[in-house]
Amino acid sequence: MPKPLGIPFVVKDSALIQLATGIRAQNVRELRDRIMVVPAACIDYHFWSGPLRPEFTDPEYGNDFASWAHHGLHDDKLAEQLACIDPAHSDDIEALRHELLDVLERRIDEGEYLTWAKPDQQFHFLSPQLVVFDTGKRIESPGDLAAAIGAMSTGSIYFHFVQARRRPPRCVDDFRAWLEPLGPEYEAVSRALANVDPFFTTLAGLRDELKHRLADHLPVAA
Amino acid sequence: MSALLGRYAGVVGEDVVGQLRQLAVPLRGKTIVHINSTSAGGGVAEILSQLVPFQRELGIDAHWEVLSGNEPFYSCTKRFHNALQGMPVDVAPALLRSYEENNAVNAERLAPLLRDADFVFVHDPQPAALITHFPTRRGKWIWRCHIDLSRPHRSVWRYLAPFVSAHDASVFSVADFAQVLPHPVYLVPPSIDPLSDKNRELTPQEIDGELAAFGIDRTRPLLLQVSRFDRFKDPLGVIHAYHLVKAFVPAVQLVLAGGGAVDDPEGAAMLAEVQAAAGDDPDLHVLWLPVDAHRAINALQRAADIVIQKSIREGFGLTVSEAMWKEKVVIGGATGGIRLQIANGHTGFLVSTPEGAALRSRYLLRHRRRLLGMGRNAKQFVRENFLLTRQLREYLTLMVGVGRGGTSMVVSI
Repeated sequence: MPKPLGIPFVVKDSALIQLATGIRAQNVRELRDRIMVVPAACIDYHFWSGPLRPEFTDPEYGNDFASWAHHGLHDDKLAEQLACIDPAHSDDIEALRHELLDVLERRIDEGEYLTWAKPDQQFHFLSPQLVVFDTGKRIESPGDLAAAIGAMSTGSIYFHFVQARRRPPRCVDDFRAWLEPLGPEYEAVSRALANVDPFFTTLAGLRDELKHRLADHLPVAA
Repeated sequence: MSALLGRYAGVVGEDVVGQLRQLAVPLRGKTIVHINSTSAGGGVAEILSQLVPFQRELGIDAHWEVLSGNEPFYSCTKRFHNALQGMPVDVAPALLRSYEENNAVNAERLAPLLRDADFVFVHDPQPAALITHFPTRRGKWIWRCHIDLSRPHRSVWRYLAPFVSAHDASVFSVADFAQVLPHPVYLVPPSIDPLSDKNRELTPQEIDGELAAFGIDRTRPLLLQVSRFDRFKDPLGVIHAYHLVKAFVPAVQLVLAGGGAVDDPEGAAMLAEVQAAAGDDPDLHVLWLPVDAHRAINALQRAADIVIQKSIREGFGLTVSEAMWKEKVVIGGATGGIRLQIANGHTGFLVSTPEGAALRSRYLLRHRRRLLGMGRNAKQFVRENFLLTRQLREYLTLMVGVGRGGTSMVVSI
């Protein structure tokens, strides 16, 4: 039975607002050229902020560039290649920018006919502003984590499970970062969390999945 | 939790309202002033009538002020409105003088409040020139643009851009509408209030009571468009679509319901055109409703089989979300914010022509089960994305961001 531990989990919440940059692209060359110069925040936004924005269906692609290649350019080959980029795998945003540019350069070099998006379907480079605040809630025991996650706002889920992955030096979600040092009995649950792909679902869906995975692995504290 | 917040929690969940309360903590006691040009009629007045009480409930000293203006002022700002949405309209120098004079008069009237306010939200172009009268203002001034500014008539935008640029930030509804400006440009889609008279649940008896006066046959299919009588809403295109449907579904009826606002001098002229096009068809009802006919609009939306919003240019088109909240499938013009609200084929259909609107109407009238399923999808989509609580969260986030961090990517409070 998990015991209450010394360092409680601090539950934070976050709210995102989007900023327009006025920078747009209408074909793959323009996308490449703009990606070379846009602020790092734009790259960050288009890889990491998707879950906080309105989507009717589960997102089909893991990042906005891939999604636009499919929906705006109708270039599915490019969309598939862009969708394979894992932002958590890059050391920093500049490395991610280079990986993105490599994919785009390769597609341009293939020399096929350049497809254009309609004027009202251009890619708009946006940047994020994330306001983070302490909810005042604390989780004392791992056994309380599943129930606590079930009651969290989607902003908390985003901050602790999605946005945490881009925070160096560890670049892992906050739940694992809290559980792993507690001892080998939490290795299995940590592995279960590591296997939850934070993309391709909504935050509400992600919250339910995390809650169930934790409930399966962690008995409730007495 | 106050009664008002409790009612919202009942609709969107306690976690959502709890988040708003925490986000508002750094803004408690701050003075926020919203300024627009009309207290009733149109989406801006509606949003403010709901947003301001909610902000006050969160401990923010929120105010809503309405510009006063004379006839030349409104004539000028209507021209601005049309020109900013792309019509090649020029504005005579005398009207521009009237615009600046009216802003000067209002600046003097509102000076005590505006000079010391922590945040001033200036809605649309009508009050945009106020800022020139407050060179020593204390707070942050934010220009909130509710219209589609993607392809403005350049001469009018050249005139207005210096006023807009003087603000500390701007807010547009979607990225497509935004202009490049020398300050942070935020994106905040508008929203509907699920508890307002226009959107709250109605009993079947209430719906019948509201519709009794309109002569609508409740046993036959009903198409509805609710909007101001405005060229950009394409009411004549809707009538054309109705005629195309009528050829296949003779029982169909159409209601075009709308009203005017004091800042829209063209409404009556457009209404006359629509009435002429409607002719003496007993199944085509053109309703000029008072600006406070919220329950009647609610009842019409609930009674409709299909709601149409066939705008050709649109700031956002909140009537789309209103209808979707009532589990109605909306056939909308593929323009502006309508594209953000309708997931084509899932919550409604996007169309580009009257023929498209007719085609989708016939399809939906033929496939009733699909109509009901899409209607349920539509309500859920609005619950998650287009309710007042989401817009309020973004305004609070914006104010915290502007007040604390400029455009820093992460702001911790």
